[in-house]
Amino acid sequence: MSSETEKPDAPYRHAEDGGPQPEEHCGHGRGGMGESVRRKEDRRFIAGKGNYVDDIKKDGMLHLELVRSPHAHARIVDIDTSRAEAMDGVIAVLTAEELAAYELATMPTLMDDTQDVLVSDKVKFQSQEVAGVIATDRYVAKDGAERVEVEYDVVDPVVDSEAALADDAPVVRDDIEGQDDNHIFTWEAGDEAATDQAFEEADVTVEQDMTYHRIHPAPIETCGCVADWDDANEQMTVHLTSQAPHAHRTLFSMVSGIPEHKVRIVSPDVGGGFGNKVPIYPGYVVAAAASYVLGQPVKWVEERSENLQTTHFARDYDMTGRLAATSDGTITGAAVDVLANHGAFNAAAQPSKFPAGMFKIFTGSYDIPTAYASMDAVYTNKAPGGIAYRCSFRVTEAIYLIERMIDVLADELDMDPAELRRKNFIQPEQFPYESATGWTYDSGDYETALDQALEGVGYEELREEQQRRLENDERKLLGIGLCTFTEIVGAGPGKQCDIAGIEMFDSAEIRVHPTGKATVRIGVQTQGQGHETTFAQIVAEELGLDVADIEVEHGDTDTEPYGLGTYASRSTPVGGAATAVATRKVRAKAKSIAANELEVAEEDVVWDRSSGEFRVQGAPDRSITITEIAGASYMNSPADEEPGLEAVDYYDPPNMTFPFGAYVCVVEIDRETGETAVERFYALDDCGNRINPMVIEGQVHGGLAQGIGTAMMEEVTYDDNGNCTGGDFMNYLLPTAMELPAFETDYTVTPSPHHPIGAKGVGESPTVGSTPAVSNAVVDAIKHAGVRHVEMPYTPDRVWQALDEAGLAIDPADRLGEGASAD
Amino acid sequence: MPAEKAITITVNGTERELSVEPRKLLVHAIREDLDLTGTHIGCDTGNCGACTVVKDGEAIKSCLQFAVQADGSEVTTVEGMADLPDAGEDLHPIQEGFKEEHGLQCGFCTPGMIMTGKALLDRNPAPTDEEIREGISGNLCRCTGYHNIVDAIQYASAELGDAEAATDGGRPRDPGGEAE
Repeated sequence: MSSETEKPDAPYRHAEDGGPQPEEHCGHGRGGMGESVRRKEDRRFIAGKGNYVDDIKKDGMLHLELVRSPHAHARIVDIDTSRAEAMDGVIAVLTAEELAAYELATMPTLMDDTQDVLVSDKVKFQSQEVAGVIATDRYVAKDGAERVEVEYDVVDPVVDSEAALADDAPVVRDDIEGQDDNHIFTWEAGDEAATDQAFEEADVTVEQDMTYHRIHPAPIETCGCVADWDDANEQMTVHLTSQAPHAHRTLFSMVSGIPEHKVRIVSPDVGGGFGNKVPIYPGYVVAAAASYVLGQPVKWVEERSENLQTTHFARDYDMTGRLAATSDGTITGAAVDVLANHGAFNAAAQPSKFPAGMFKIFTGSYDIPTAYASMDAVYTNKAPGGIAYRCSFRVTEAIYLIERMIDVLADELDMDPAELRRKNFIQPEQFPYESATGWTYDSGDYETALDQALEGVGYEELREEQQRRLENDERKLLGIGLCTFTEIVGAGPGKQCDIAGIEMFDSAEIRVHPTGKATVRIGVQTQGQGHETTFAQIVAEELGLDVADIEVEHGDTDTEPYGLGTYASRSTPVGGAATAVATRKVRAKAKSIAANELEVAEEDVVWDRSSGEFRVQGAPDRSITITEIAGASYMNSPADEEPGLEAVDYYDPPNMTFPFGAYVCVVEIDRETGETAVERFYALDDCGNRINPMVIEGQVHGGLAQGIGTAMMEEVTYDDNGNCTGGDFMNYLLPTAMELPAFETDYTVTPSPHHPIGAKGVGESPTVGSTPAVSNAVVDAIKHAGVRHVEMPYTPDRVWQALDEAGLAIDPADRLGEGASAD
Repeated sequence: MPAEKAITITVNGTERELSVEPRKLLVHAIREDLDLTGTHIGCDTGNCGACTVVKDGEAIKSCLQFAVQADGSEVTTVEGMADLPDAGEDLHPIQEGFKEEHGLQCGFCTPGMIMTGKALLDRNPAPTDEEIREGISGNLCRCTGYHNIVDAIQYASAELGDAEAATDGGRPRDPGGEAE
C-alpha cells in the first residue's frame, strides 16, 4: 500500500477548452450548468412509484427480526431458542453459534475494530443484536423474537466519556487482548511547541469547554435490505439502503468469502442517508447469512427505535478550545483538547489515516499561524459509530469549536464578532492557503461573503433592535449569531483518503447512442441529492445535448463503474469531476469524427458551447451537431477511430474542495419560559460554480433544518445505566415545519481552481455552518449578563436555566400580579 | 395465529376485499396486501407521517390504525391522486407543486406530505404559509427543511383556485423559480 509521501498529487484534469469556466459563461438553455432544471427523478416519487428497499417483494421472501439486549452491559449466560423455533411460520433462529460456523459471528469495522454481528459473550450497548428470527411474515418474526429467551448477567456500565477514563471504570472491551482500560487512541495535529509559545506571548487568551452532543442522522427511511442467495448461480444479490454500494460489495465479499464478482449490491431509491447508510450493520450480515443458509430471500428493515438506538450516531465530542490573540484582536494561536466518545466499538466511518476525520480543519476561515489539536477517544457502553452526519468527517465539530471560540474571544475583547472575523480572515490573495495544520485551501473570498450577508440580513438594524429591547428591559431578548465557516469536502485525494484501503476516487461512464441520446453511469449514489438531474446537466453542458436526452444510472454494482459513494459532499467534487472529464473524452472523439464528416483537418474544427455544435473555423455555416456526430460514430466511423461514442473516467482529485459561507441566525428568547425561537436564518453559500441553483437552494434548506434541529432539540440521551432514553421519535425530536423559519438564501461564486467545472459541493455546508450560528445567537442574546457559552440543545428548560443563572429570568408572577402565584 | 377477518375497503375508488389478522396495521394492509407501496413507514410511534393516507376525507396516519378499523371506509393513497376529479391530465396540482417548487429530495416523506396537503386544501383552499406549516407539522421531512413544501402546497392552492375561477382567484405565484 502506498504511503502519503510516495505518491505525487493527482494532476489537474482540465481539457484545453474546458477548465472551470466562469459561471456566467455556462449554460445553453437546454439544461446546462447554472440552470434550475426541474428534477428528472421527481415523477416517480410524487406518483408513489419510488422503489425503496421495503417496497421490494420477492417470491418466497422471509422476514428477519432481531432479538436485542435490554441491557447496556451484560454477559450472556444462555440463549434458549426452542420456544421460538416451535412456532408456526418461524423458519430458523440464528445466534452467534450458528454464524460462527460460517465465520460470520463478527465483522470488521471501518477503523480496524471487530464488532459482533450477534453477541456471543458480552453485550456492550443497549439494543445490541443477540439473535435473529426468520419467519414467513413480519408479524410472526416479531412473535418469534419475543419467544427467544436470553439469560443475562448484568455488568456495571460506563456511559460518560470522563467516567470511562477513571481507574476503576468497568472495562467495556475486555475481549481485546491487552486492553485493560477504555482508552482507544490518542491523536494530535499541528505544532504543540509553537502553539504553546504563541499562548505564552499573547496579550489575551480565552478558554472554553463545550460539548457537541450525540445526535443521529435519522433519515426518514430506516436502514434495511433484501438479501437473496441464488444457489443455482452461486450469486448473492443484496438490495441495500447503501450510500456506497461498490465499497459495500467489496466489504460483503471480504466478510462472506463469496467472490466479489458473485456479489451484487443494488441500492434502489434511498430515503435519505446523511451518513447513516455508509456503514455495514449487523442486520445486513444476518439477513445475508440467513438467505445463504435457507436458500430464500430474506428481508430486514429496521424499526425507528432500532435505527436511533443501534445504527451510527454522530458527534459526541467534549472539547476545550483556546485562542491566543493580540490586544487588537489578531489571533496568534488556536488549540483544542477533545475527548471523543466512540461507544462500544471503534467503528467511526472515516478514511483510515484520519482517526479524527478532518477535525484538524479547526482553524476555520482564519489565518492563524499556530495551531495544535489533541484528542483521546474512549469506549463506552453506548451504541458505536461516529458517522460523518451530513459532514465531511468531523468538520462539523471542528467548525463548531472555532466559530464558538471566535465569539468567546470577541466577547473578551469587547469587539463586534463580525469585526473580529474580518480582522482574521484568510485573504483572497493568500490562496492556495497552507493552514497551520497542513491543509491547502483551494480558493475563497470570506470577507465579501460576510459583508454581503450582513448587508442582506440588515445587521446594523438588528443590532439596534437588540439594543432597544435591552434598554426597555423587554421580555423577549434578541440574539444575533454569525458563522463564517469553511468546509473541507470532496474526499478525496487517493493518496490521503481511503475506505477500507480503497482510494477515494470516483467514476463515470458516458455512452452516446446512435440517435444522440446518452446513458451516464456513475459510481456515486443519490439519496435525494438529485444526481439524475445534476449529473445529466454536467453532461448536457459539456456535450451540448438537451438534459432530457440524458439518463443517469446509479446504485447497481453489476452495471455501474466502481465508485466510493455519496457522503462527505463528495459527489460533485469527485463524481461530478469524473463525469465532466469522461464527457470531455467523448467530446474529443466527437471532434475527430466532426472533422471527418466536415472534411477538414481536426485543428480547423472548433467547439461552440452555446449551440452544442462543432464548426469549421472561418466558415461558421459549416457545422455539425453532437447528435449527427453520434450517428456518424456508429454509421460512418472514421478509418482511424473505433466505432461508437463512449468514454469512462476514474477521477482522483488533486485536492479537497473548500466551500464556505456566511450565516446569520436571529433568535428570540422568552425570559419567562426559556422558549427560544429561530426567527430568521440568512444563509450565504459559496460552493464554486453552480450546476443547478434550485437543487443547491434545496440542499441548503435541508442542511439548515438539520443544523438548527441539532442546536435546538435533537439529542440521543442515555441514563446512567446505559438505557437509551432518546431512542424513538417521541424522545428524539426532529424539527417540524413549526419550529423552522422560511429561510433566506444568498450566494457568491468562487470557483475551485482544481475542479474540472469549478464546483465545490454544497450538501454539508448548511449543517456545518448553521449549528454554531444558532449557538452564537443564543449566547449573543444573553452575553450582556456575562454568559460566554450555553450547551446545546436549546430546549426551553436548558435556556431558562441559563437565564436564571444570569439573573435574566422573569417570574411570570411579576407580570400577572400577586394572585397568579398563589396556589 | 389469530383468526383473520374479512374486510372491504374502497381504495382509490376501487372496492377491495381483504382477509386480515385483526392486529394487522392499515399501513401493512395497504403496502403488502394491496401492493400500494407509495405509502411509507418511517417510525413506529405515529410521529413521522410518512404513512399518511386520506380516509373518509380526513388525513390519517395508517400506522396508527388497524386495517379492520378501515372496514367499509374510503381510502385515498398517493397512487390515487392523479385520478381525482381535480387532477390534471397527468398529475394532481399538489403533485405538480412538489415538482415545480422542488418540494422533495429523497421522496420518502413525499406521499405522506401530498396526502396531508390534499386534506389541508380540501379544508382550507387558500391557506396562509403559517396555516400550511401548522397543517403539515405532523409530517416529518429530513431533506427539505419544509420551505419548499410550503411553496408546493401554495402552488397547488393557486392552481386549484385558478381552476375553480374563484371570485378573488388564487394568490399570486412566487415568481422566483426559473422555467425548465
